[in-house]
Order: sequence, then structure tokens, then C-alpha cells
Amino acid sequence: MRRNYRNRVWASVTSRDNALLADLQRVLGDRVRADSAERALLRRDASVFEGGDAGPTCLCETTEEVQQVVRIALAHGRAVVPRGAGTGLAGGAIPLGAPVVISLSRMNRIVDVDTESRIAWVEPGVVNLDLTKHLTPLGYHFAPDPSSQQVCTIGGNVGNNSGGPHCLAYGVTNAHILAIEVVLADGEIVTLGGLDAEPSGYDLRGVFVGGEGMLGITTKVAVRITPNPPAVRTLLLSFDTPRDAAATVSAVIAAGIVPAAMEVMDQRITIAVENYVNVGYPRDAGAVLLAEVDGLPDGVEIDAQRISDIGRAHGATDVRQAQSDEERMLLWKGRKTAFGAVAQIAPNYYLHDTVVPRSKLADTLEEVYRIADEHDLAVVNVFHAGDGNLHPLLLFNGQEPGIYDRVHAAGAKIVEASLAAGGVLSGEHGIGVEKQPYMRQMFSDDDLDHQERLRHAFDPACRSNPGKVIPVGHSCADIQSLRATPEGVWG
Amino acid sequence: MNEFAELVGSEGPVTVVGGKTRWHVGGAVHPDAREVRAPSGVVSYDPAEMTVTVRAGTTTAELTNVLAEAGQRCALPERGGTVGGSIAVGEHHLEVLGRGWLTTSVLQVTYVSAEGKIVRGGGPTVKNVSGFDLPRLIVGSLGTLGLLGEVILRTNPIPPKSQWLESHDADPFQVTSQVLRPSAVLWNGSSTRVLLEGHDPDVASSHRALSTIGSWTEVDGGFELPPYRWSLTPADLKQCTGDFIASIAVGTVWRNEPQPPRPLSQSVIDISTRLKTNFDPTGRLNPGRSVF
Repeated sequence: MRRNYRNRVWASVTSRDNALLADLQRVLGDRVRADSAERALLRRDASVFEGGDAGPTCLCETTEEVQQVVRIALAHGRAVVPRGAGTGLAGGAIPLGAPVVISLSRMNRIVDVDTESRIAWVEPGVVNLDLTKHLTPLGYHFAPDPSSQQVCTIGGNVGNNSGGPHCLAYGVTNAHILAIEVVLADGEIVTLGGLDAEPSGYDLRGVFVGGEGMLGITTKVAVRITPNPPAVRTLLLSFDTPRDAAATVSAVIAAGIVPAAMEVMDQRITIAVENYVNVGYPRDAGAVLLAEVDGLPDGVEIDAQRISDIGRAHGATDVRQAQSDEERMLLWKGRKTAFGAVAQIAPNYYLHDTVVPRSKLADTLEEVYRIADEHDLAVVNVFHAGDGNLHPLLLFNGQEPGIYDRVHAAGAKIVEASLAAGGVLSGEHGIGVEKQPYMRQMFSDDDLDHQERLRHAFDPACRSNPGKVIPVGHSCADIQSLRATPEGVWG
Repeated sequence: MNEFAELVGSEGPVTVVGGKTRWHVGGAVHPDAREVRAPSGVVSYDPAEMTVTVRAGTTTAELTNVLAEAGQRCALPERGGTVGGSIAVGEHHLEVLGRGWLTTSVLQVTYVSAEGKIVRGGGPTVKNVSGFDLPRLIVGSLGTLGLLGEVILRTNPIPPKSQWLESHDADPFQVTSQVLRPSAVLWNGSSTRVLLEGHDPDVASSHRALSTIGSWTEVDGGFELPPYRWSLTPADLKQCTGDFIASIAVGTVWRNEPQPPRPLSQSVIDISTRLKTNFDPTGRLNPGRSVF
């Protein structure tokens, strides 16, 4: 059924695309891709969502090219969708209604690094970790470090206001963006924010970060670069239960310590990681807490000791402190490869991303296990505990008939439980199409109305990445921008 | 909030009044505008969550005291006035390098719209990307898009040790290369004051590191600040002359006269104008005030 639907859409898109393609090719030559393989690839991102429908893909190399492509798309009545590495987990990059896809992966230059002012100008296609590697010899790094940092791009980080383990102390992407060059949906090029302390006017830069590509297309970014701390201590605390680990996290914060990172992994994922990369995690612990403190040497020693003491007071069965940089990197390698390790347990996973108050972490975790049991699904938990940011991974075999309905139902219950605990829909992955249906559970019609007014100030005709974030049915203009109404995003 | 919404209503020009400590910012409000006050009081505070829910009419002094009793503080300035007023003008604390920027500290806003409706943006947790970032829009918007009634703010622990130092011979622009995370570096053209914070031994070692670029004596606090905030790039601070207090590595400068309007691109003006029109179609919120 779904295939028939797609074939129908493909046929209509192909016959109506010729004039559009010709105009795009006049600007980009062979850097316009419209073959079926390319379009099939770009229908999806790293999420479990299907239902995307890509128009021609434009591999832009300059801001002016992005501008020209946006204007051509506009002239042909087509929406545009920016595309980075496609690592998003909420379906934010999935093209809906056959828009022109603007790939920014070739705009990957680090334009300028100014260590005196602690600013770097970069293009949106720069890979997050590549920027930090470039800065390392200079003694600096880019603080936001999503788990996908080996692949994900700065433009995507801006779009999603991405987080990462070290955002506990350093803040998420928004705290590290000073200025953004943007091509608006009408083709105008504008710089939002600036390098001065408080740029004049409304904080358009701050609003743009996390706009999920619906406020315009990022073409250049001024990021704040952070000096590398002279001392770092990384601790691995073992517990009998995730509840003890969560209680330790709350107690550390309550004691006035703000570590650089506090990550919790439950037993199942710890064993999977250990099997996968063999970094020395304990297989017998019910949960482990990876805690890191950084700063000046004396204070770091004091805080590491206090975290160790607090952990033991809350039932830690073992506390191990990395004795070398190599050991520290190994401990982090385990955490950062966790999502890859789940392939040993099941071929597919669906990663949720809600946030709850820290004091509710343990109760919500137990609720997550109960919900997974109730839906006969395996679940593992690996998450940014310091921020209260849960990451339950529901594990399944996508070939099993009807499995997506069960996964979807369990996901909905997890979202409900998180909101009931005083939490929010997403901590760092965004709303995209994934959380769109839940937006009404967190926001009133009046709240959503104002979010839409904000969006319309940047993009009155809803031509940039339409059909995301704001619930379907709330935004009429968005629906008009979608050439083909998506069948539904669940595959 | 309901009472505040009724007070604001949906018709006629209206302006919200806090402590009037920064009443000059953004120009004079139209004399016909009806004055309203936002509700006050700390609604809830759990230090272990590092967040506080507070009504906009609460004085920053009261909030500072409540947080200090639990060993915490926040990014709001402690220069008088109210929570709502400080957020409306978007003023961050003098010690922004240590406390964080106000813009990233406002987690949730609840405001009354031009239509008299209660609107909420952001979320209660320290990390949240659910929907578009209305809190960022409200900070510094001078009450021109909505009248703030209540906010949730991020809080931070007060460090075990805080020490202000002054030097008459150190180059202020070398301080951040000597000290990892100073909480403030202020310069008035002839002397430099630095706030060191953290564990006792860290403060002591930072003090020693500073001694390599000048001689330092302990002082009670920063400088007295002139009334007007200017915004420059950190690099441009080197060109400052006359009477001023500059926040090194930040770019804020306090002076006795307001900063001349800074040029803005037409596209920024267009987006901003649409924002104002979309949020306040009849222009009834703080008429006369402009963020430019």
C-alpha cells in the first residue's frame, strides 16, 4: 500500500520537476542530484521515521549558491529543507512534500579562528569533532559534544540546539553561538547576532538556534571556543541499581558541585558496551555512573573526592578513577559507542529523549522499565543524568509484524510519564516529526500560537522545512507548503 | 497569573512597571499607557534542581536572599529593581563569566499577550528543546512582545571562595590568558579588578598566576557602575577612552551616556518588525519603547 502511494508521488514529481531541475542546474551544474537512489537516500535521517519525499538535492558550496537555490525553489513554489549529516533522531531533516533539499556538507571550511577573542567562524558542514580536533593544538575546543560528534555537523547542532555529555557544566549549543549567517526563506541573506556582548534588538540569534531549519538556512556560524581545562578527573562509580546511581547524581548537585559531565548506564547497556569495545566496565554492576570534573588541579581533586564520597554514601560498590589520559579516553569511548553496541541485542532501536527534574530520575526510570515490560519490549538506558535527560532505547526487530505499533505505544507512554513527572518532550534531539503529536500535551493552543507567530516572523510563507515542530493542523500555511500530504511518518 | 492577565486586559496601551531602576532603557513610554505591576514572590525553589520559579514583580534583592540561604545564586544583576525588569532589559550580572549569561539562564517564561492571554514558552527543566525558544525572545524585549508574569531561572552554587583583586600595573587583556575562569575582569582605563572564585587552593593559585603580570591587592568588590550599558566586541574594548568601566572578555561597557544606535541590516529590521506586529498587532504593549 505504502509503495503504491510512493510510486504515484514519484511519477508526478518527476514530470513536474524538469523546469525546476533545469533552473537549478544552470546554477550548480552537476551538483544537482535528482536520481532515484539519491532521493531514496535522503527520504530518511537517522530516526526510525519514514514517509519523507525528497525533491532535487543541491550540493551548495557557497552562501550565494544557497541563496540562488532558495530563490529558484521559491519561484517554482517549492519548499526547501537544509540537510547536514542526517544524524537527527527526531525526523527534523526528513523532507516532506518533495522540497528542494539543500545539502550543506560541502560547506565545510573552518573560515577563521581567533584565539584572542575566543571565536571561530565556521561553515555549517564542518563536522563537530573536526572543529575540536582543529582547535586542540591551539588549546581550545568546541564545548557541545553530541554522541554523534564524529559525524554530525555544526549547522545541524545549531538547528537542533544540540547537547552532549559535557553540556552539564558548559551549556548546550545556544550558549556557544555568537552570530549566524542565514539565508531566509525568501532568499535574503542576514547575519543574526554579532560578536559584541549584547547585539542590538531582539535576540534573533538565540531564537534561531534550535529552530530546526524552519527559520532559515544556516550558512556560516561564529562559535565561542572554550579553553581546554588544565586538569580533568574521570570517575566510574558502580552501583547495584540505577536508583542508587540516580540518587548519587541528585546528591552531587545538591552538594553544590557542578561536574563537567554525569552519565548513567544501566547493566544491560554496560555489558553490551563491554562486549563491543572492551573498555573495562564492570559487568556485574546494576548501573554505572561516569562522572567528570575539570578545572584547576587542586579544585578538581577536591571535587573528585567529594563525588566519590557521595557515591559511597549512596551505595556505590566500587569507585574507580582513571589514572591516565588513555584510561579516561577508554571510559568515554565506552559511553560514546553505546548506541552502536545495542546492535548486539537487537537490530533496531528507537531512542527517546525526554527530560525530568533530577529528583524524579529514579522513579521515571522505573516507570520506563515497567512500560517496556508492559509492551513486551527490551529497553536499555544510557543518559545524561546530570541534566535529568533520559535516553531510553527501545530495542526491537523491525521485521517483526506490528512491532512499530508497539514501539510507538511504549514511546507515547514514556513521554506521558516524563511530562507527568514535571519534565519536557525533548532535551536535545528536537521535536521534528517525532514529538510533533505530543506538543499539545506540553503546550496550550495559545502557547503554540505564539511559537507559530515567531516562526512566521522569519518565514511568513512557511517555505523552510515545513511540516515540523508545530502540530499538524495548527499551521495552515505549513500544509499549503507541502506538495504531497505525507502518508504518516511511521514506517 | 490570571489576575495579572485580567489587569493587562486586551485593549488600550499598557506598560508594566517594576522598580523603574532602568526606566530610561529603550526610550520613553507613551504617556497614555496604563501602568500595571506584575505579581511578586518566589513560587517554588528546590536547590537540588538548581532552578527557581519566581514571579516577575519580585525584587532581585529578595530573590538573591532566598537563593543565598541555600548557597546559590543566579545570572540576574544585583543592581536593584525587579526580576521582570532585569529580564526585560536583558541585563546580565557583572560577574557574567562566573554566573553565566542571562539569556541561557531563563528556562521558562509565562507572560500575558497583547490579547490578554496567558502564554508559556520554554520548559521547567535545565535542558529543553521542546518547540521554538520563546524565552530567548522575551529576554531583552523590553516588554514589547508580552508582559512577563513568571519565570523559571537556572541557579548555580555560590563558590566556596570569592576574592576581588586590584592592580594598577597589569594589562587587563592578559588576565584571561593567566587565569582559567575568572568570574569578572573589569577595567576603568587605569586599574583592573579581577574576581577569582572557586575552591580556596584554586583561588590562591590563580592569584599567584596573576602576579606574573602585575602586582595585586585585595579589594572589597568591583567598581561602581555608571548607568548606561554599551555593547562592544571584546577586541574593541582596547580602544575605550574617557570615563568607563569595561567588562574584559565580555564586551559590556558602562558609561555616563547612552550608546548611540548601532546600525542594523534591513533584513534584521524586517524580521523584528514582523515579530512585533505578529505578537502585538495593535502596538499596545509598552508603546514608545524600542529594542533598537
